[in-house]
Amino acid sequence: MRLRLPSGRTLVLALPFLWLGLFFLAPFLIVAKIALSEGALGIPPYAPVLRWTDQGVLTIVLNLGNLATLVSDPFYLEAYLRSLRVAAISGMLCLLIGYPMAYAIARAPERRRNLLLMLVVLPFWTSFLLRVMAWIGLLADNGVVNNLLLAAGLVSQPIPLLYTDFALYAGIVYCYLPFMVLPLYANLSKLDPVLLEAAADLGARPWRAFLTVTLPLSLPGIIAGFMLVFIPAVGEFVIPELLGGPGAQLIGRVLWTEFFQNRDWPMAAALAIVLLLLLVIPIAWFQHVQGKAAR
Amino acid sequence: MSRSIGRLGLFLGVGYAFLYIPIALLVVLSFNDSRLITVWSGFSFRWYVALWHNERLIEAALLSLRIAAVAATGATVIGMAAGFALARFGAFRGRGLFGAMVAAPLVMPEVITGLSLLLLFVALAESVGWPSERGVTTVTIAHVTFAAAYVAVVVQSRLSDFDRSLEEAALDLGARPWQVFLLITLPLIAPALASGWLLAFTLSLDDLVIASFTSGPGASTLPMVVFSALRLGLTPELFALATVIIAVVSLGLLVALKLGRVASARSGG
Repeated sequence: MRLRLPSGRTLVLALPFLWLGLFFLAPFLIVAKIALSEGALGIPPYAPVLRWTDQGVLTIVLNLGNLATLVSDPFYLEAYLRSLRVAAISGMLCLLIGYPMAYAIARAPERRRNLLLMLVVLPFWTSFLLRVMAWIGLLADNGVVNNLLLAAGLVSQPIPLLYTDFALYAGIVYCYLPFMVLPLYANLSKLDPVLLEAAADLGARPWRAFLTVTLPLSLPGIIAGFMLVFIPAVGEFVIPELLGGPGAQLIGRVLWTEFFQNRDWPMAAALAIVLLLLLVIPIAWFQHVQGKAAR
Repeated sequence: MSRSIGRLGLFLGVGYAFLYIPIALLVVLSFNDSRLITVWSGFSFRWYVALWHNERLIEAALLSLRIAAVAATGATVIGMAAGFALARFGAFRGRGLFGAMVAAPLVMPEVITGLSLLLLFVALAESVGWPSERGVTTVTIAHVTFAAAYVAVVVQSRLSDFDRSLEEAALDLGARPWQVFLLITLPLIAPALASGWLLAFTLSLDDLVIASFTSGPGASTLPMVVFSALRLGLTPELFALATVIIAVVSLGLLVALKLGRVASARSGG
């Protein structure tokens, strides 16, 4: 039996549909339009795509220059590739740290699980920027880690940790870890322990039971967690800006610079459109997994 | 068996150490008398006093709290409708598109969301004259949009694993659908709405990138002010600010945990 809300139903659907359509979907069309327009001096700093000529004819002026630059200039190409690589490695690192944690929480006594889970989520509720700041305090030349190393006599002068790839990965993994643990936990806690007992009864060693039973069954959780880390990390701006080295030109940072420093809106829009095209398949996959998990 | 429990405990210990050592550092350094992070020169509350007198930070914090409260409320209304539709309406026309619009903001890189919303606002201002200027309103709309998706997920998952028989019983007894919603469904999903609101509130309070794109002159949110301060270097005032936030959040979660326990004890589960 289904709840029938004849008129209410339309209303309930219309509100989010219109809101998200206007403020989430429609903007992408505008971004695409502006990516194809020419830069201009003025406010806003781009020329209209549709314009009237002197003879009163409406013409479309498309400028493929931005997209052409993106494809031909190795600077942008490398930034995209580096962003994808950094995000993929970060996703793997989160999985390596997050999987054992999620597994341990799912196997913990039931009365403790809520607390353990809350301890994973708690950092996520505190300010993201200030947690990134903590890593500056840890890794700076005069920071805690270098002080400890110096005091222990392991190094004679501070080793560069901040503004390196190490700091970049530490920051991303630190900030995104909860997004990996939560879906994995949701998946692993639903796993029927009877299956593992059956495997054990049939003579499988624990690690073998894990590899052949637990791991394949937790694949949806792994995919969801990986996507929740990977996709936003590709466009991450704050962590590369504050922790990464000057060479770590990731695409989020490049886009930010084009927009805020160079005021080249069409170029920033073109960067965003190509980034979106790169992420369409992962996003669709995530949505597919998400939709399945909810049903 | 006990060996494997020990190993699991070790994983947890390492994981929690990784999560909490940086946070502990923030708290400890906020009480350091020295301006430098290198030296501990005694216990002091001076940075909390300095924080209290830092008008720029306080003003930005009040603005952020105001935006977050409005945005979280808006996001809860829209997210509840979206989550309800996804959990209850079955296969309706446009479900695929609708589901994608609800799920995509969860993972969409912030630079894309921020830039696209800004360009929308600029295009709207040119064609219909609204919004005439960017600031609190545009940031709030942007935050409602991306936070609604999180609320929708929370509501949807709560609705999909609860017992429908109560609603069906009420319908059988002659209640109108809207009565069923108000008297049965709404109280049952109230905890999900509360946590969805809190999540939206936190996300809004925490957002730097989307706010930077959609805000205008004169409307600097707390993360925007903190970020520009961070670019110049660490200051102990920021450690004090972090400690205040951590204290408030921990207290809030403790209360939530207690309330959750009371609620689950009452419902017998």
